[in-house]
Amino acid sequence: MTISPDAVAKVAKLAKLRLDDAKLERFAGQMDDILAYMETLGALDTTGVEPLYSPVGHATPLRADTAAPTCTRDQILANAPATDGQFFIVPKIV
Amino acid sequence: MARYETVIGVEVHAQLKTESKIFCGCSTRFGVAPNENVCPVCSGMPGVLPVLNATVVEYAAKMGLATGCTVNPISVFARKNYFYPDLPKGYQTSQFEQPICEHGHVDIVVDGTAKRIGITRIHMEEDAGKNIHSAADNASYVDLNRACVPLIEIVSEPDMRSPEEVVAYLKALRAILVYLDICDGNMEEGSFRCDANVSLRPVGQRQFGTRAEIKNINSFRHVLKAIEYEVERQADRLDDGLPVIQETRLYDATKNSTASMRGKEEAHDYRYFPDPDLVPVRLDAATLARWESELPELPEARRARFVRQYGLSDYDAEVLTAERDMAAYFEACAAAGADPKTASNWMQSELLRELNQAAIPISQTRLSAANLAGLIKLIDAGEISGKIAKQIFPELFAQGLDPAAYVRQKGLSQISDSNALESAVEAVLAANPAEVEAFRGGKTKLMGFFVGQIMKATKGQANPGLVNELLRQKLG
Repeated sequence: MTISPDAVAKVAKLAKLRLDDAKLERFAGQMDDILAYMETLGALDTTGVEPLYSPVGHATPLRADTAAPTCTRDQILANAPATDGQFFIVPKIV
Repeated sequence: MARYETVIGVEVHAQLKTESKIFCGCSTRFGVAPNENVCPVCSGMPGVLPVLNATVVEYAAKMGLATGCTVNPISVFARKNYFYPDLPKGYQTSQFEQPICEHGHVDIVVDGTAKRIGITRIHMEEDAGKNIHSAADNASYVDLNRACVPLIEIVSEPDMRSPEEVVAYLKALRAILVYLDICDGNMEEGSFRCDANVSLRPVGQRQFGTRAEIKNINSFRHVLKAIEYEVERQADRLDDGLPVIQETRLYDATKNSTASMRGKEEAHDYRYFPDPDLVPVRLDAATLARWESELPELPEARRARFVRQYGLSDYDAEVLTAERDMAAYFEACAAAGADPKTASNWMQSELLRELNQAAIPISQTRLSAANLAGLIKLIDAGEISGKIAKQIFPELFAQGLDPAAYVRQKGLSQISDSNALESAVEAVLAANPAEVEAFRGGKTKLMGFFVGQIMKATKGQANPGLVNELLRQKLG
């Protein structure tokens, strides 16, 4: 599998990253190396092996459905880039 | 002759009726001040870990069981990546490769024809927050109360061929959710949302055409109009030799049209991957069997039983079972001794009208089912006429009064005593000699006139059957 600079540009755009051409080239090479390394796994015969979604053996722990506040609105908004005390305020998006 | 066949599949997002959010203990209560029900987990603070709400799993599985799905013993949460301020983590926690339920169906009837609509999958996910856009200060205001509220997304097969089938399917789904008591089904408030994928193909072609996804449809009426509009729009383009573009379109109810929101090509690249913060959900057969045994009687079964047990028409049974509370009210009415067919008529006319005028659901009516049954029994026993019953109904409804006590108190009992009525009949006949003459001469239509006069004289309280009988005796 080969990762082209165009593929890197597409992923960068989706991740809202701006990369110049030199970086697109460099990351394409690095991603290629990573994928090539992972390709090693392809050598194994996985016939009849169930897909593994998590290396953790147990099932997900569940929480009983009860509601309880954990912190105040002031605490939640404390690190907001901008707030009026009620909302997070962000640059207009539409 | 239609040139194109319409193909529609829908995605429904149903908000689950839980106390707390899907991955944290914040309340799901609607209508509180902005950002009051928010914690580090649902605001996407770094380093937090989600813990799945057990009730969400139960509700999602029960919806699957109620729609004939396979409930998977192992299901996996995935991250759906996109950026939007109301999605604080930068991804929505959803399910992708291994949803909790797959391969189900819902049966619908349109114009007397039964049809089975396939359900591709049902998965669990979190809702996003809410953005409020201000024109005044060039800013968007973000409220995360709704972020992380549990949803199930129910994805249908592209099995529907008309807007009417879509409405029937949505109504059936909604009724099941409400019967299971896992979603309140309120479309206006957004706890039951629907997106429709609409495409056309030339009649006879097997391959599907390019589809457009219609969003922002918040009532059954709008579902019908939005899809009708979209079908016309696509047919016009195809007629003109223009391609249909794969995109998301927003329905505008005031203009009754759809407009392009964004192209889908890029937006659909969500780069799903299994969420490393959540290990797979495992369900054992014993738990599933228990949940299956807990399922209530579902709308379709109840409709069939209403026809069988109460002798109602298919139509009446359908109307009465559409809402769980309506069906329960009807059954309580019948159990209290009301004739089922009469109870059905009263509920669909007088009761529904008053409920609509008061803009309240049947669960909030002050007139109990026992009281409606009481009213019907008064009519059947000849205590009051149907006309009087209709006249006093709004008052009984508004105050939640016992009909028998009310009728007694207001002195509305029908005069069923032939001695008392006889004098009224004689008085009317004595006052109208010319009409009596004409009646005896063959103008039998005048019977109605006499009945009317007697009713007037007795303020509508005379037993009509008895009046007719007495008149026939006296005039005969």
